[in-house]
Amino acid sequence: MPPEVGAAGLPATRRRMPPWLATAALLLPSYAWLTLAVLLPLTAMFVFSFLHATPLGNKPVVWTLEQYRAFHDQPYLLGVAWTSLAIGLWTTGICAVVGFAAALALVRATAGRTRETLLILVLLPFWTNGLVRVFSWTMVIREGGFLDVFVRWFWPSAPSLGFLYTTPAIVLGLVHGYLPYMVLTCYIALLSIDDAVIEAAQSLGARWWTVLFKILVPLAAPGLVTGAILIFVPVIGAFMEPRILGGRVGVTMGTVIEDQFTQAFNWPLGSALAFTMLAVVLAVFATFSGVLRRSAAT
Amino acid sequence: MTSLARIFLGLVLVFLYLPIVVMAAMGFNASPLYALPFDFSTHWYEELAGNGRLIEAGWNSIWLAVLTAVIATALGTLAALALWRRTFRGRAILRILLLPPIAIPWLITGTAMLVFFFWTGIGRGLHAMLIGHVALAIPYVVLVVGTGLQTLRADLEEAAMSLGSTPIHAFFRVTLPLLMPSIVGAALFAFAVSLDQFVISYFLSVPGMTTLPVEIYSAIRKGFTPEINAISTILLVASMIVILGFARFARPGGIGERS
Repeated sequence: MPPEVGAAGLPATRRRMPPWLATAALLLPSYAWLTLAVLLPLTAMFVFSFLHATPLGNKPVVWTLEQYRAFHDQPYLLGVAWTSLAIGLWTTGICAVVGFAAALALVRATAGRTRETLLILVLLPFWTNGLVRVFSWTMVIREGGFLDVFVRWFWPSAPSLGFLYTTPAIVLGLVHGYLPYMVLTCYIALLSIDDAVIEAAQSLGARWWTVLFKILVPLAAPGLVTGAILIFVPVIGAFMEPRILGGRVGVTMGTVIEDQFTQAFNWPLGSALAFTMLAVVLAVFATFSGVLRRSAAT
Repeated sequence: MTSLARIFLGLVLVFLYLPIVVMAAMGFNASPLYALPFDFSTHWYEELAGNGRLIEAGWNSIWLAVLTAVIATALGTLAALALWRRTFRGRAILRILLLPPIAIPWLITGTAMLVFFFWTGIGRGLHAMLIGHVALAIPYVVLVVGTGLQTLRADLEEAAMSLGSTPIHAFFRVTLPLLMPSIVGAALFAFAVSLDQFVISYFLSVPGMTTLPVEIYSAIRKGFTPEINAISTILLVASMIVILGFARFARPGGIGERS
């Protein structure tokens, strides 16, 4: 690198790399890494999903489409898929309502240092281990757990409220894990809304629900959608939370796919199920691509 | 209205912290079965000090997260500069290509890595986890730094250059200092993504080369002991100190706040 001092008088363009080379040099490390670690593995997995059996040892390689017929051949998978989808939608919906409200409260009801501190407090759990948080919930919501102890403090003969090993327990754990995402994305979106717009609406006589649904929600829609996608996608593939909080009812697409790779050792079936799930994820993206493009453009 | 909003925020915080407080408290409870009433004891911390396996997994996690943050922030910042400061053909496609690691459930990415690394001989272990964690973190870094670049006015850099600065000089003296809050934020994000990452690590771990989340998962399935609470509490306190320290120096939206 030539010394920077004294370079002022020279035309800068003569000393620069060709622009395309500089661009390529900036991009190459990241994209090479992503290719090796994500794109090539996904391609390999796609190829695997057309195999008859895991190619280990000297077994002959047989190509087949049978893995993609799994939903037809094993109808119980349809029920599992429906459970996964319902868990994903409930979790995303609850996170959207609670997260948006919390972000709104942060932006509208707090300011300065208090707001900064509260935001950090909301985001801090994100830095704690997800597994431990999930396991902690089992201590709270099991029969005779903290929830029961707390309630019986006021009402000694209360029936047990424990709901461990149910679908709501899974949703609770997932909401807890992913809520900070929604608060953050909504907070950023709400922060960029000009106060003058809200004041203008109010001075023209708009009531709070008009302000909320005609101004705040539409203007913060990119934040809501980004948050929803950041939540829905990992939740639909969750397997640890259903296993720990769901017990025997916690059979989701995530746990079925995990089993194919760790227990059943049926990689082709696991791959095919994973790509089926991927198709659902892509469908979600296609549905919301309009909103996303709008947020990417601004 | 304002007080109602504050009460709601308080409830959200109670919800977020309840299990964390329970987790930390149970690390100091003598009962191995998490039974109440509470009986204070440091027994589980003493047990932990002798549990080499957990401690080793804890160090693995920390090193992996530090390396991930450094590599992903360096690579991702470069890519963000190209994607947000330069115009070239294929830029839109390259931006979309950042999405797979974020958009595809980790379960799918993780199993795909397992298949591919197994097949190509890269194998499993900490090196494989590093490859995976960095790939997961790069898109987050690019997006965080890119957002920072968007709010940063490009004409400041141009002003510096029109006053006689070289592009490199302008970058190091104008763009980089202004971008620092975003870069620090991105590094923190990458650190957190790696430290909390369980799914990818789970599929890429081998016995003896695991991270804390993987050890904890197998402990939960075998029978959880409050030792796990103890090490989680230590890790939690350590990361909180780090993050609060960063929050002090690199405030969110701190551009222009430091004179």
